[in-house]
Amino acid sequence: MAAPSALARMLDSDVFHSFRRNPVVVVSAVVTSVFVLAALLAPWITPYHPYDLASLDLNDAFTPPAWTGEGSRRFLLGTDDQGRDVLSTIVFGARVSLLVGFCAVLFAMTVGITLGLVSGYVGGAVESVIMRVADVQLTFPGILIALLIDGLARTALPRDLHSEIALYVVIFAIGIANWPQFARTVRGSTLVEKSKEYVQAARVIGLHPGLIMLRHVLPNVMGPVLVIATLSLGFAILAEATLSFLGVGVPPTRPSLGTLIRVGNDFLFSGEWWMTIFPGAALIVLVLAVNLLGDWLRDALNPKLR
Amino acid sequence: MIAFVVQRLLQSVLVMLAVAFISFALFRYIGDPVLIMLGQDFTREQYEMLVRDLGLDQPFYVQFAKFVVSAVQGEFGISYRLARPVAQLIAERLPATLELSMMAALLALTIGVPMGVYTGLRRDSWLSRFFLTISLVGVSLPTFLIGILLILVFAVQLGVLPSFGRGDVVRLGSWSTGFLTTSGLKALVLPAVTLCLFQLTLIMRLVRSEMLEVLRTDYIKFARARGLQNRAINFGHALKNTLVPVITITGLQIGGIIAFAIVTETVFQWPGMGLLFIQSVNNADVPVMAAYLLLVGFFFVVINLVVDLLYYVVDPRLRIDRGAASGH
Repeated sequence: MAAPSALARMLDSDVFHSFRRNPVVVVSAVVTSVFVLAALLAPWITPYHPYDLASLDLNDAFTPPAWTGEGSRRFLLGTDDQGRDVLSTIVFGARVSLLVGFCAVLFAMTVGITLGLVSGYVGGAVESVIMRVADVQLTFPGILIALLIDGLARTALPRDLHSEIALYVVIFAIGIANWPQFARTVRGSTLVEKSKEYVQAARVIGLHPGLIMLRHVLPNVMGPVLVIATLSLGFAILAEATLSFLGVGVPPTRPSLGTLIRVGNDFLFSGEWWMTIFPGAALIVLVLAVNLLGDWLRDALNPKLR
Repeated sequence: MIAFVVQRLLQSVLVMLAVAFISFALFRYIGDPVLIMLGQDFTREQYEMLVRDLGLDQPFYVQFAKFVVSAVQGEFGISYRLARPVAQLIAERLPATLELSMMAALLALTIGVPMGVYTGLRRDSWLSRFFLTISLVGVSLPTFLIGILLILVFAVQLGVLPSFGRGDVVRLGSWSTGFLTTSGLKALVLPAVTLCLFQLTLIMRLVRSEMLEVLRTDYIKFARARGLQNRAINFGHALKNTLVPVITITGLQIGGIIAFAIVTETVFQWPGMGLLFIQSVNNADVPVMAAYLLLVGFFFVVINLVVDLLYYVVDPRLRIDRGAASGH
């Protein structure tokens, strides 16, 4: 009998079964994929290009959603103060939000995994320094760390340089706020793996410690890392939205969902609620879906909870 | 015990020094304070004189030591933006933030603990499921959106509660309180609810899972076998044993409240320290930022220290373990 293909093995796995049995999770996965796809394809699928100045008409400004009395069929969710189609700005906003979220998590993962592997494998003084720093940082809320780093960078860097690299600063700030979780988990799993025979065998044949960590230990500690990464993605998207809402996040030239909410908030009192509520709803749905996926993944990969 | 306390104290001092160092570096090396103080017209002699007067020509560690000493005495320099002493600004804003945070913490505890107990005891009732679903939404909802939604409903649509500011405040010595006037209390409702929601869901979930854990233990089964009343078991035995982690998490969450107070204060234009900090960030008002950093760092270190020591006092098992471990 031929060995089943990777796809067939995946479709037959426990994780996939628990996925199919859980309708909430399936919906979350669909919602997340729709957001990611829409964000990737934004320039081709949105009805308008909201940041193309030539296509904007100020006469269209403040159009309510299509189903209300004064709405226009051309703009399903209405327009903002500049006459931009709200639906299109949301899709473009989700693009920025997801970009920052993914990059921040990747950054946190890279830093956290490296430090976790090193401290777990090497041990000694290196381990106690890294873990003590992680412990201290974990006592501060992540959002506060991100806010402080972002605020410091904003003041420390020259103004024109900062507006150029603001996006990277936000990614860095949120990433730094997030690394200790990864480091702690990876260190814990590394300690377990380190004493197993395959690692000892690799050591006996004289492999370089870096190679052992990367090629032998790392693949075996990735399970929990994946769970934390999913849960951190929800946090990172929320953190970015919060920073942007406070006006210290991504630059206004590339508005994220948080920026849209901030701008729309100024018009809440004059009755233009759709400029805030729709981006807000998009943000909630996205974060909720990602968090549900993360929760499920944590339970599915942890047989003890079943 | 003494060794543990000393070790924790040393660690706190170390963290505080690190925070002070960042704050000092910010204060000293971002922008040129001398240029900012002199304004437009000055001569080279004036510049050098001020450098000497401020002690900026002295070695780095002397400057740092001076910074720490003056910070301990509550001297944080002059705000660039408002041209007033930073200490005075913060003293003005502190009551607003503290009243808001305390109110939010109180709400989270008085609502969160009963909800947690209920969902723990009646696992399968529809109300428990409803609470749990709501709590999941509460965790996913960003604080600022909760604030905006509350403003939309209660201030814009219904028009029953104010959407910004503190209302009328009464001055009691150097403390300004909003608790004594109707408008002050009304203004407090929406921000406090906004701020407490996240902590509330967290406390509820924590109490619930702790209750589920405790209810499975042998001593609860034994209490039931003895024929004790349900109420005595649930509250006298079960709830009491869940309180240690709840106290710890609640203590640590005070830090979270301080962090999210920045967001809530911005949404509601609440004149507290968080709003002051955001305005300072947007205007590169370095002295205020440095002072805020130090103050928040100090709050956190003290809270963590107290929680750690409290944990040690409340949970006798910890004492025995530590004692045995240090005994050999």
